[in-house]
Amino acid sequence: MPTDVPTAPHVPLPASILSQGPNLIVSIHAALDDEQLERLQRDLLERVGRDRCRGILIDVAALDVLDSFAARTLADLAYMAQLRGARTVVVGIAPDVAMTLVRLGVRIPLTQTALDLEEGLEWLGT
Amino acid sequence: MTDETSTPTGAEGDRGDELLLPELVAHLRDHRTQLRQQWAERITDAHLLSSMTNQEVFSEATSVYDNYVEVLETGSVKALQHYARDLSERIIPRGVETHEVIGIVLLLRDVLARSLFEKYRDDFELLNRVLDAYEPAANRIANTVAVSFVEQRERVIRDQQDALLELSTPVLQVRERLLILPIIGVLDQTRAQQLTEQLLHGIRAHRAKLVVIDVTGVPDMDENVANSLVDTVTASRLMGADVIITGLSSEIAQTLVTIGVDLSKMHTVGDLQGGIEEAERQLGFRVSKVPDAD
Repeated sequence: MPTDVPTAPHVPLPASILSQGPNLIVSIHAALDDEQLERLQRDLLERVGRDRCRGILIDVAALDVLDSFAARTLADLAYMAQLRGARTVVVGIAPDVAMTLVRLGVRIPLTQTALDLEEGLEWLGT
Repeated sequence: MTDETSTPTGAEGDRGDELLLPELVAHLRDHRTQLRQQWAERITDAHLLSSMTNQEVFSEATSVYDNYVEVLETGSVKALQHYARDLSERIIPRGVETHEVIGIVLLLRDVLARSLFEKYRDDFELLNRVLDAYEPAANRIANTVAVSFVEQRERVIRDQQDALLELSTPVLQVRERLLILPIIGVLDQTRAQQLTEQLLHGIRAHRAKLVVIDVTGVPDMDENVANSLVDTVTASRLMGADVIITGLSSEIAQTLVTIGVDLSKMHTVGDLQGGIEEAERQLGFRVSKVPDAD
């Protein structure tokens, strides 16, 4: 975990970032608040450069809520990662979460989505 | 016609009104067999409850009668409510109509009132007071039975609606990772919502990659419905499944263009067959005809 975030009290993020070949696999275990989301975004972008990743897979299967801020952050992250040369896929959006996102009018533009980890990896591999 | 020994007509004028109801109840109890018989006959004469046998009518009549007297006695409609609901549950499947149920209760009210007229015909003033006590209670009973019946009926209708809704949107797998969702009938907001929900769960259960939504059976589409269709597609994409919409009729196509709904981001194919073929192509299936073996 990078320590270059002076302001944040150092609570570990309820998310794990694993590297698998050229890809980063991010698994979010519990709902993240806004500050944690921004931290995740920063951490990830930093890792993309450091590890020279080609792809990011974000697994949100454990979440039963995804608010508009989270959706926006993920979309931004996808765009930023693309600027640094990595493709992003979000996997495991639950049916209810999908419905809520649509009802709230949240679009996740530029972000590829896939059913689950397996599908996501397949997409990253192609 | 049967003059009770316990109620000599002469002294009744002085009795308090609170005693009238118990007296009434006692009268109805004493003449139970005869009044009940009268009532059952009138039901048959009026051709009510024609879907039930005489035997059944008689036995239900007995229960209703007893409940009726009990309500008069206790003033509480709780037990009657319960019975009426129960009765409705039994007779609704047999096609008994609302007017029949209300009809029989009003008949009973009538039969009992007539017997009261008979009994108190010599003392008009007393008869008036008896009726004052009887009428509100009788009205309440009629009300309770009718309301219970209608409520029960509505519940049955609601259940059927739910069942229909469930049936009306099957999510079917036709190939590995390919689902079809044929929509038949009028789409409204509720149904569109429910359909989306079912589709999304279907996508997860079947691990679908492509969904063909066929709207050949949808006669009409307005802006709301079109937008919810767009939402369905968006939600499916969030779950990693692409959607092909097929069977948009020329009328619907014209309507959509006229009201300015933008479906250009959606993948549409003319008919269901075309949609499935397109989906198969995208999934990498190749369907070819086997040359005749013989």
